[in-house]
Amino acid sequence: MHKLSSFGKYTSQFAISLLLILMLIAFTLASPATFLGWSIYEAFLSTIPFFAIPALAMTLAIVCKEMDMCFPSTIALGGFVFAWLWTHTGSLGLSIVVGLLAGTAVGWLNGFIVVRVGVPSIIATIGTQFFWRGVVMLLCAGLALDLTGIRETALHHVFAGRLFGVVPAQALWAFGTAILMWLMFNRHVFGDAVRFTGDNSETALKMGIDVDRTRIAVFSLMGFLCALSGIMVCIEMGSWWPTQGEGYLLLVFASVFIGGTSAFGGQGSIYGTCIGATIIGIVEAGIISAGLSGFWTRTFYGVIIVTSVSFYNILAKRQK
Amino acid sequence: MTPFLRLENISKSFGAVRSLHEVSFDLGSNEILGLIGDNGAGKSTLIKILSGVFPPDSGAFSFDGKKVNSRYYSCAQARKFGIETVHQDRSLAEKQSLWRNVFAGRHITNSLGFIRIDLEKAETLKILYDIIELTADGLDPDLPVSVLSGGERQGLAIGRAMYFQSRLVILDEPTTALSLRETEKVLGFIQKIKDAGKSCIFISHNIAQVFAVADRFLIMDRGMVVADILKKDTSLIGLTDRLLSVCQKEIPHA
Repeated sequence: MHKLSSFGKYTSQFAISLLLILMLIAFTLASPATFLGWSIYEAFLSTIPFFAIPALAMTLAIVCKEMDMCFPSTIALGGFVFAWLWTHTGSLGLSIVVGLLAGTAVGWLNGFIVVRVGVPSIIATIGTQFFWRGVVMLLCAGLALDLTGIRETALHHVFAGRLFGVVPAQALWAFGTAILMWLMFNRHVFGDAVRFTGDNSETALKMGIDVDRTRIAVFSLMGFLCALSGIMVCIEMGSWWPTQGEGYLLLVFASVFIGGTSAFGGQGSIYGTCIGATIIGIVEAGIISAGLSGFWTRTFYGVIIVTSVSFYNILAKRQK
Repeated sequence: MTPFLRLENISKSFGAVRSLHEVSFDLGSNEILGLIGDNGAGKSTLIKILSGVFPPDSGAFSFDGKKVNSRYYSCAQARKFGIETVHQDRSLAEKQSLWRNVFAGRHITNSLGFIRIDLEKAETLKILYDIIELTADGLDPDLPVSVLSGGERQGLAIGRAMYFQSRLVILDEPTTALSLRETEKVLGFIQKIKDAGKSCIFISHNIAQVFAVADRFLIMDRGMVVADILKKDTSLIGLTDRLLSVCQKEIPHA
């Protein structure tokens, strides 16, 4: 044994948590009026979940050494199926179930193209991203769907209401999803299969792991959670619009990589992704309330992504 | 007595290349078989068929007299039969923890598929101390495989096979990348397989290593078994001469 110390096992999780705390302190010092009241946090809790939920699924995909570039369109499609069905049938339960199924089917199809046909996932999913965005555009004829009446329904409170009037329901859903995904990733045989498949698929196969099924399952899960996010966005906003999900591409990948999930597959952290999503979610508000121009946000995102991935790489090299 | 493993006329081609041609042999239980031959003799192809990577084109093999249906035979199926393959590398996933590597594909779970992690970690420690006999202090089953040396990795893969009561351990060039001392360790593990009453197929380029541990030798050449020799009927020099004469026969054809 070369090195027996398990020091470093939690180093990256500690570092990312510290980064979040430092950022919160810096923002509070820059604009105490904003960051000492609850309303900014309520805003964070209502917007972060929408990209944190897809980011949780993306974490598993990246660990599995796959890439899903299609997900913004999956969000839009899941949202559209839900919104269209609700405006035409008025049945919320049916709309939600079919919306989730539609998202899962899109994810499964991505998996099928990647695994059975053998197209590299980044190329296959760029193609399907365009395809499904085109499909929803055609179906909606480029127009948004008005869902104003949805705010009066009981399910609105379940998915996007405010617990005790202050805690957005979607934050609780995201929190629940995060716990479930943590359990799946760390304690379930599915998460184990994902790790081994991403680490070394040939080895995984020889250990009797069904690599193909695991990869397809990862894409399907991605589709499912994207649809969930799309539906919740519709319910929160009271409308569906054709470019839904487009803004999440950068946010999701940034959350995953800031969170310490390895770009090389086999390793990742659900906790890291949660903190990563929080950091990404508060950057914009922090920069703007500090009085800087909104253009700084992108610059800042870029810096954080490159710095954090570099940091994890250096950490990984030192531990070898 | 029925042999533990019987191969009958196994053939396999890749396009125009004939990799195996009507290979037949028996393997007894608790027998260590040394499989030797030059590069391209078909050793790896044979091992891949036995470990379920791909099926043969024709021929059959059976365990304990029970014929294997090659259409449903896979790596997972091979493991269920008690056949475990240890490769030069690729037997372990490097970034994953020791305990995950021991139990991958065979986790101890509850009915919902959640892994009993504490139990698996404790069992992993037992393998590390009792089977591989690692002596380092503070062994942590949470450490990634990448902290182990080459010999220790082979030890973990062999220890894993023994823990799961594998009846046949196939070692595919397990010592190629190892130093002399590490090689000694691996040869020691092979002796343990013998002592535990299991069978082993040991493939290596190094005749001296094979000779030291095997009970019987098969020499393969261009997809065929050309010699089947018991250790008591030969010596290291005799076996080396035999292998060289097989290789030299190829020269006129080259």
